[in-house]
Amino acid sequence: MDRRQFIGGVAALASASVSMPALAQGARTEISFFYPVAVGGPITKLIDTYAADFEKANSTIKVNPIYAGTYQETIVKALTAHKSGTPPVTSVLLSTDMFTLIDEDAIVPIDNFVKTDEDRKWLSGFFPGFMQNSQTGGKTWGVPFQRSTIVLYWNKDLFREAGLDPEKPPTTWQEQVEFAQKLTKRDASGNVTQWGIQIPSSGFPYWLFQALTTQAGVILANPEGTRTAFNAPEAVEALQYWVDLSTKHKVQPPGIVEWGTTPRDFFERKVAMIWTTTGNLTNVRTNAKFPFGVGMLPSHKKPGSPTGGGNFYISNKADPAQQQAAFEFIRWITTPERAAQWSIETGYVAVTPAAYQMPVMQKYVSEFPPAAVARDQLEYAVAELSTHENQRVTKALNDGLQAALTGTKQPAQALNDAQAEAERILRPYR
Amino acid sequence: MNSRLTAAVHGWLLLLPAMACLAVFTHWPAVASIIESFYSTPRPRRPARFVGLDNYVLLAEDPIFWQALVNNFWFAFGTIPISIALALLMAVWVNDRIAGRTWIRMAYFTPTILPMIAVANIWLFFFTPQYGLLEQFSALIGAPPQNWLGSKDTALFATIIVAVWKEAGFFMIFYLAALQTISPTLAEAAALEGASRWTYFRRVQFPLLMPTTLFVLINAIINAFRMVDHIIVMTRGGPDNATTLLLFYIYQVGFNFWDTTYAAALTVVLLTLLAVIAAVQYGWLERRIHYR
Repeated sequence: MDRRQFIGGVAALASASVSMPALAQGARTEISFFYPVAVGGPITKLIDTYAADFEKANSTIKVNPIYAGTYQETIVKALTAHKSGTPPVTSVLLSTDMFTLIDEDAIVPIDNFVKTDEDRKWLSGFFPGFMQNSQTGGKTWGVPFQRSTIVLYWNKDLFREAGLDPEKPPTTWQEQVEFAQKLTKRDASGNVTQWGIQIPSSGFPYWLFQALTTQAGVILANPEGTRTAFNAPEAVEALQYWVDLSTKHKVQPPGIVEWGTTPRDFFERKVAMIWTTTGNLTNVRTNAKFPFGVGMLPSHKKPGSPTGGGNFYISNKADPAQQQAAFEFIRWITTPERAAQWSIETGYVAVTPAAYQMPVMQKYVSEFPPAAVARDQLEYAVAELSTHENQRVTKALNDGLQAALTGTKQPAQALNDAQAEAERILRPYR
Repeated sequence: MNSRLTAAVHGWLLLLPAMACLAVFTHWPAVASIIESFYSTPRPRRPARFVGLDNYVLLAEDPIFWQALVNNFWFAFGTIPISIALALLMAVWVNDRIAGRTWIRMAYFTPTILPMIAVANIWLFFFTPQYGLLEQFSALIGAPPQNWLGSKDTALFATIIVAVWKEAGFFMIFYLAALQTISPTLAEAAALEGASRWTYFRRVQFPLLMPTTLFVLINAIINAFRMVDHIIVMTRGGPDNATTLLLFYIYQVGFNFWDTTYAAALTVVLLTLLAVIAAVQYGWLERRIHYR
């Protein structure tokens, strides 16, 4: 027994003890469900409520929701359990982990369970922008669930103070710089007391960068996940623009801007405009003590943002009855009613256009128009960067971006290095 | 003869639970890592095969590995001497009869009881640009603003400070315990001879504390190669690998990239490194230490 199997063994013991009660109850099909929590709010309570509601409607199925940490921790747990032979029947993992999960032989295509016309109608009901990260090679591997895009939040008070129209966010790169210049304040000794803009660059800068590259007009990876275009001229232009915000225009803090504290900086009025996920909508709505606006990201050659967030996957190693039960659960939780409720309670984008037709959702959007911004931006959304060996390839890009943003490499050099590394990693998959 | 045999069997039986734990959780994983490091990472469609030293060749060419190694040495050099010196200083101070010493001892020890994740989150706030605690202080004295965790020049330094803050109190406890075993007659004798406070410390206290120093040193070195929690919370190895330590990189390769055999090769390097350090400490340093 090697170490991997051993770790797996421990995980298996743990999950066996979790699924024990199922045996006692006999005929019911029991499914374990791993899910991560990536945004604020009482997500665990919501999920438990959904599971209970589902069981009321389907008495033969029992859903065991297991909170598994961050996205990263959840995939580590799910894959270790998979290698030990007893993975969770279904889990919510990053949409970008699709290729990794396929390569590990850990998931089954959703198409296997889509049998009736009604099923097919359900599967074609999602926003196409979200399905790009769920499909490859003609098959659907994941079902969009907690999905988001990047949007611009701005402080209307500070816009007014700077003599800008508080209802008009910047719509182009050029405007964004001009606005940010007006919004940057310095004290007598030249130290900045209020920044114009923050585009976070810690942890996963590739995601924010992808918004810039989409606007500059380049797609960073092919749909097969085997080739990247990190050093395309448009990508270099995008990185140069990002670096210039700090070094040339001096409207963004120098160095790495922390993702986690960016909303806080915004609440503290230390920054007038921020780029962050729509998943933060409820957070900002609760904590911002000033009127704020939410808008689409400014465009350059075109508008654009990557999608992000998590999909449902079904395990390859679960028995067919469990897989079918998981499918029923996924279908149930993504119905328009449920998707609308989930979106209102969390701030995530509802995954189907039908959800926005629900009366409760229409009421919510009319009372709180920012909730519709993400939906409207979906028209221009592209797939989040995802390739084979995804984490390794995105790390190559992240390292390059951070090198450029901290001033150790020129943008072109940083992206050439990242591209060379990605080439090396992806060659075996072509 | 028979009773001796029974005694031996008894002895081994008593040892067995601890031995089993050690073997299963320490020795076997170490051996398995060495074996695995000579194979390729198995994928569902490509089973593991013997690749000899390939993983080690890869390692030698991997710039991130070298950077992690260099970072780790700086991290060790930064944390070990400072935290030991601080621990000794604090211990000598709170060993004296001063007002409120229980409180001071407790205050020094507090960082040790806090979970590292919580500590890292507290420091994350200290280091926050613009309105973090550190920035508020530096603004008072008119120093230029600094993005402590967001700049390649200061990020590693910032993580070192956190480690020192966390560890010094822990080591202090050992020194404090050792100081209290030193007979007060020695202090009286030194006072009679007219030795200064410094001479007494240098000639009497410090040499008598050497066994403790060795113990603390070993712990400090192990910790320097073992600490990753605060890296995960504070920087995730960034910016551009400036704070990537060896163990963090092993975690990343093993559980983010799922390249388990390459992670095994990295683990072997870490094990070897620690084994060499331990050998030096026990083989060479220990002989130069005075035990009573």
